[in-house]
Order: sequence, then C-alpha cells, then structure tokens
Amino acid sequence: MRYSFVRVLKEALTGNRGWAPAVRTPSPQKSYDVVVIGGGGHGLATAYYLAKKHGVRRVALLERGHIGQGNSGRNTQVTRSNYFYPVSSSFFDHSLKLYERLGQELNFNVMLRQGGQINLAHSQHDLEIIRRWANAIRMNGVDAEVLDEAEIRRLVPLLNTRPRFPIVGGLIQRRAGISRHDAVVWGFARGANAHGVDIIQGCEVTGFQQSGDRVTAVKTSQGVLQCDRAVMSVSNQCSILAGLAGFTLPITTTTLQAMVTEPIKPILDPCVISARIHAYVSQSDRGEIVIGGAADVYNSYRQRGSLAVTRSVLAAVLELFPSFSRLKLMRQWAGAVDITPDTSPIMGLTPVRNLYINCGWGTGGYKAIPAGGDTMAQTVVDDKPHPLIRAFDLARFERAALIDEGAASGVAH
Amino acid sequence: MLTIPCPYCGPREETEFTYGGPSHVQRPPLESSDREWTKYLYHRENTKGPYRERWLHSFGCSRWFNVLRDTTTHEILEVYLMGQPSASKAATTRERAEGAL
Repeated sequence: MRYSFVRVLKEALTGNRGWAPAVRTPSPQKSYDVVVIGGGGHGLATAYYLAKKHGVRRVALLERGHIGQGNSGRNTQVTRSNYFYPVSSSFFDHSLKLYERLGQELNFNVMLRQGGQINLAHSQHDLEIIRRWANAIRMNGVDAEVLDEAEIRRLVPLLNTRPRFPIVGGLIQRRAGISRHDAVVWGFARGANAHGVDIIQGCEVTGFQQSGDRVTAVKTSQGVLQCDRAVMSVSNQCSILAGLAGFTLPITTTTLQAMVTEPIKPILDPCVISARIHAYVSQSDRGEIVIGGAADVYNSYRQRGSLAVTRSVLAAVLELFPSFSRLKLMRQWAGAVDITPDTSPIMGLTPVRNLYINCGWGTGGYKAIPAGGDTMAQTVVDDKPHPLIRAFDLARFERAALIDEGAASGVAH
Repeated sequence: MLTIPCPYCGPREETEFTYGGPSHVQRPPLESSDREWTKYLYHRENTKGPYRERWLHSFGCSRWFNVLRDTTTHEILEVYLMGQPSASKAATTRERAEGAL
C-alpha cells in the first residue's frame, strides 16, 4: 500500500478502515537463499536491498525480540559524514546521500532535518586540528567549513557566553543532521516486507549447522532454517554469535548512555558537539533536547549506564548551555555498544565462507544504516566485498591496516 | 555506579578507579604467527557473564588487583590479588571451553 496525502484524506473520510499492517508476521520456511540475523536498522536495510535491488527471492530476517528494539531505537539519530580518512568519508557520505533520498525511496517520512553539525574548538590547538580536519574532509569531496566564534554564536545563540573552556571557533558540516530512528526502522521493515522478505520476530539464533567451512543452516528457537548464505548484523551479541560460528572478534561490548529533557520550542538547529569536554546536544523534532557523551569504561551487557558518566555528561552540557539547567530530564537510558580497537566497523567476509558480517559499529551505527544495508547486500550477492567496505574487513587487524578515526577525528562515531 | 571493594582500602566508588581490561591475557612467544599476535593484540573474550578483569585504585592506594564481575548484572563475585589464583568456581566462557578450574 502506497502512502500519500490522497490516501490519508480518503482514509480520514472513511473511518480509517482501509489501513493494513505494514509488516506480515510469517512463520519461518524450511529454507532460504539468504538469512539475515538481526532486525536492527542494518539488518533490515540489508534485507531490503537484497530483495529490492538484487531481486533475491527468498530472504528471511531473524530478530530475537522486536525489530528496532536494540540500539536502532536507542540512539541519538545523528547522521553526518565528516570523517578524516578517505575510506571512511566515501562510505559515510554514500550513507548520507542515501539518507537524503530515503523518504522517497521508502515512501516513508524519515524526518531528516539537515540542520548541520558543529564541532567546537576550545583552544588554538583545537582550532589547528579542526582546520586540518576540515581540509581533509573537503579533499574527500565532502562539505565542511571552519567557523569563527561570532558565526557559531549566531547559529547557536544559547551557548554559554563565559564558558570555563572558551569557544574560539569550530567546524560545521551543513549537510549533517538528525532524522527519526524509529521511522528508519519501520520504513526499511515495511519496504523489505513489501518486496517479500519474511521478517520473523521473537526468533533467537541458537547456533549454526556447518559443513566444512560453510554454513548450511541456522538453528533458531523457531526451528532449523536451511540457507545458501547468512549475514550477521547484530550489535552486542556479535561476539557470542561469532563464537557459535567458530571464530572470535576484536570487539569489546560496553555501555553508551543518552538522555532527553522535556520538550521545548525550537531553540537549537544544529547538533553541537565538543570532543574536548565530551558531550553532544541536539533538539529532536518533538522538541526534546537530546544529550549524549562518552561511553562507560568497563565491559557490560547490562544496558544500564553508570551514574558517574551521567554526571560528567550533564556537567559538560550545562557548561555549554547553562540555561538547560532549568529543564527537567525526562528519560535516561543506555545501550550496549560494540567497540573495535580502531573504532571503525567490521564489514564483509568472515572465516566461514558463506557467512558475512556487519558489526562493531560502536557508538555510531545509525548514520550508516542505508549504506551498511546497500553495501552488505551487494557483498552477499557478489560474494566479495563491495568496494566501499573493502578496507573495513575483519582481516584488516591481521594486516595492521587499522582505520583509526578515534585518533583522527577526536570523537569517533 | 559500582562500589568496588579494594582489597587494600575497602569499598570505594567506581570513580576512584581506573579500568584495566581483561585479566590473565598471556603474551604469545615472539616467534608466533601474525594470526596469533592479532589474536593477542586485538581479539577479546568479551564475555557475557562472569568476567575476569583488572582495576587500579588510582585515587587510593594506587595498586592493581583482579575482579570477577558479571557483565550482565554488574555483580562483583570475587576480588583477588595480582599473582594470586582465584578461589571462585564461577568459570568464564574461555575457562569452560578449555575445561579449566
């Protein structure tokens, strides 16, 4: 069913009786061409592009809980492509370009608002790094501008006028912005479903049947599913799933918190980030001030952050925006994030021949959802890595070819 | 917020400590293959459940010690000194796999 204004009008006049569920709830078939494990944004996008762009007929998407229940529904919705290394830049800008057309592509409003993202410089040294970073971004063919203090204050009038760490300038990517994370999940799920993907929820993967170096079937809580190929697209269970398939990953799972205040009128157009005091702030379309910062330091699967980190993030935000101290904090939550040694994701082939992996997104997988799905679908169909993700393979650690965006751009993802 | 029982100073807030990552990681011999070195340098056990890790009491006695902590509940199951064996029966994933303890 195509969504349109005419359709909304017609349904409004006929008692909204014509709407059908956007996603079927099928029982699993015995066998599939491709089984995608993980019903977050990346998994759903992979299934969508497999079915739509490559015409793969029998695709199953397995989700342990409900779609979008994990980090896809917990993140702070930032999309940007201001990366230092060309391999990162080209991948993330591909993603941003897909986001710019995603509403039309999915016939579902993902509410992308490109208000820009400003990275603050608090010292001459920060400013020098930011100039170098801006030049690198522009050399990569992506938009970036260095702003002086007056320009930043014009764009963000609520910034502290007498901060402990003075604001001397910054970097803006004007095409960066925020969108609605649930809409991205629902849009890809609806699109995948429309192209014949079986989205199976409440279906936990318990193991793999393997023959030689290949996967022949995926064992689940709803039975055994034969498959030609399988894709692991999970966060915070990827080490465990890899263990079931017989290999290890360079991943540490820890906690990342976020919080929102009560909704207020529009006062903050860009997303503002300070790597120096480690906090970032944006305003959602519902009016809430969305706050994030550093990840917790120790291994955890608990999805509950430490009060020590909550305090330091809030202190940093109030240092930048003293007026926010009047706002009531409505919610604070946390997700389990998979951190790689170089803070860049792992995408591509695995030691198991027909099992592909898309994981290690750390604190920033949301912005990569469309490109992650697009490139992984191509990778599965071709059985070789898509050119945009060739550098992000699991074997890069053995080659010592790390992509250290954490070191290159201050705050990584 | 964790309350970590430092074996030298007693229970203190987590903010007094520095995290040191997994305990008992053995460096391979120098002649090991690239694959073994990669495993040692980058690959992590990343246990879901009881996990052996090191903590440093930076704002206290400045001494290292081992903690056995459940990564799903944050419950601290045991604290034991560097160089001393653990008394706990709660096996980590690797130990179960290798049949140790």
